[in-house]
Amino acid sequence: MPEKIEDIEIQLLLEALYQRYHYDFRNYAQASVKRRLKQAREQMGFSSFSAIQESLLHDPAMLGRLLGYLTVQVSEMFRDPSYFRAIREKVVPHLRTYPSVKVWIAGCSSGEELYSFVILFREEGLEQRTLFYATDINQDALAKAETGIYDLDRIQLFTENHRKSGGKSSLSDYYSAAYGKASFDKSLRKRVVFSDHSLVTDAVFAEMHLVSCRNVLIYFDPVLQDRALGLFKDSLARRGFLGLGAKESLRFSDHAGSFTDCVREEKIYQKLAE
Amino acid sequence: MTGVSAEAVVIGASAGAVEALSVILPSLPADYRLPVFVVVHVPPDVKSILAELFQAKCKIEVREAEDKEPIKGGTAYFAPADYHLLVETDKSLSLSNDEAVLYSRPSVDVLFESAADVYGPGLVAVVLTGANQDGARGLRAVADAGGRAIAQEPEGAYASAMPKAAIAKCPHARVLSLQEIAVYLQDVEKV
Repeated sequence: MPEKIEDIEIQLLLEALYQRYHYDFRNYAQASVKRRLKQAREQMGFSSFSAIQESLLHDPAMLGRLLGYLTVQVSEMFRDPSYFRAIREKVVPHLRTYPSVKVWIAGCSSGEELYSFVILFREEGLEQRTLFYATDINQDALAKAETGIYDLDRIQLFTENHRKSGGKSSLSDYYSAAYGKASFDKSLRKRVVFSDHSLVTDAVFAEMHLVSCRNVLIYFDPVLQDRALGLFKDSLARRGFLGLGAKESLRFSDHAGSFTDCVREEKIYQKLAE
Repeated sequence: MTGVSAEAVVIGASAGAVEALSVILPSLPADYRLPVFVVVHVPPDVKSILAELFQAKCKIEVREAEDKEPIKGGTAYFAPADYHLLVETDKSLSLSNDEAVLYSRPSVDVLFESAADVYGPGLVAVVLTGANQDGARGLRAVADAGGRAIAQEPEGAYASAMPKAAIAKCPHARVLSLQEIAVYLQDVEKV
């Protein structure tokens, strides 16, 4: 079958995005990228992907708008409460044995997972000796993570998740509500470094004891998945932990042999001592 | 459209899904040639047992779809709870965590649109019982790409809204009872 014109346009658009701004979506899973680009085309009122490409090449303001579509992520605090329960019960006891701990939330988006980790570590008395790195490629999402403000109507779900995860405090201790928003306490950000980092093009930047990267790899093709997993492997200290999304796994990866299951059903792995 | 050989089947269902699928999936023979992708609306916080449930009833293989899994014929893949299921051009599956569409994740529209894109005229799409509008837009995309569009007869459906919406959006869809759909799917693999 000859390649569809639309697919050629998408390839060219992603190539333009890479060559002009060094954002590399060329090895993302194509079905999702296409869906998101169609939304962008529809909502921004362009007649074709080629028209988006032209605008993108000549108008830097288009970059942020397009990235908003390509990297949009919806998360919840303590999403999959059983994952956080497993971190609390199975991973935290190991981390306690270190005098200082580094945690990397890779692809942190607007910060819901980051705050979940900081609150969990505070409850477990580990926050003061931990440094959290929260990274994403989307500057707008990072800025949102750094403000820590969420719609108040999401708090009920966050609170329920927190409770199910084995939370030892009340979520309401950590935010103040006003004007339909919940604003999370700035003390939660004292031990956090926010940074622009790409799993596609950037390298290792520190030695970690725990990497949590959930529902990011599903957007990558197998080649890119392997690159990211290699990055996590190289970042982790010996016996460091890696947490993935509920539907992600190391099974098909070249790096599977460097890890062992820690909590299999929660996709928490531990790097081997070699 | 006729004469183009069928390559894959997509099915979407919501309220009343288990009963409806129980008429269709167990009727497919063990040597069925086509892959079948199924989206059923399930609550996000419940571990889905649909695949296990149907594996016990079916002659074809039934499993919950895994990310980047290569597609095999004669297998029914259920979308996992709280993830969209999409078909990639290289005939593998991918999952996504994108926002819910019409309050649904997994979404029938998302599966149908991505499958229509990959299989075009080779796709057979079925909208079954359900109490919302999901699947209507997707069925239209399948028909527009030259695929075969089918809706369950609303009068016989446990919840008629979903097939009704699909027929409204896609007036040329074949409207069939559950038994007729089962027979159609058995015959279409031979085309």
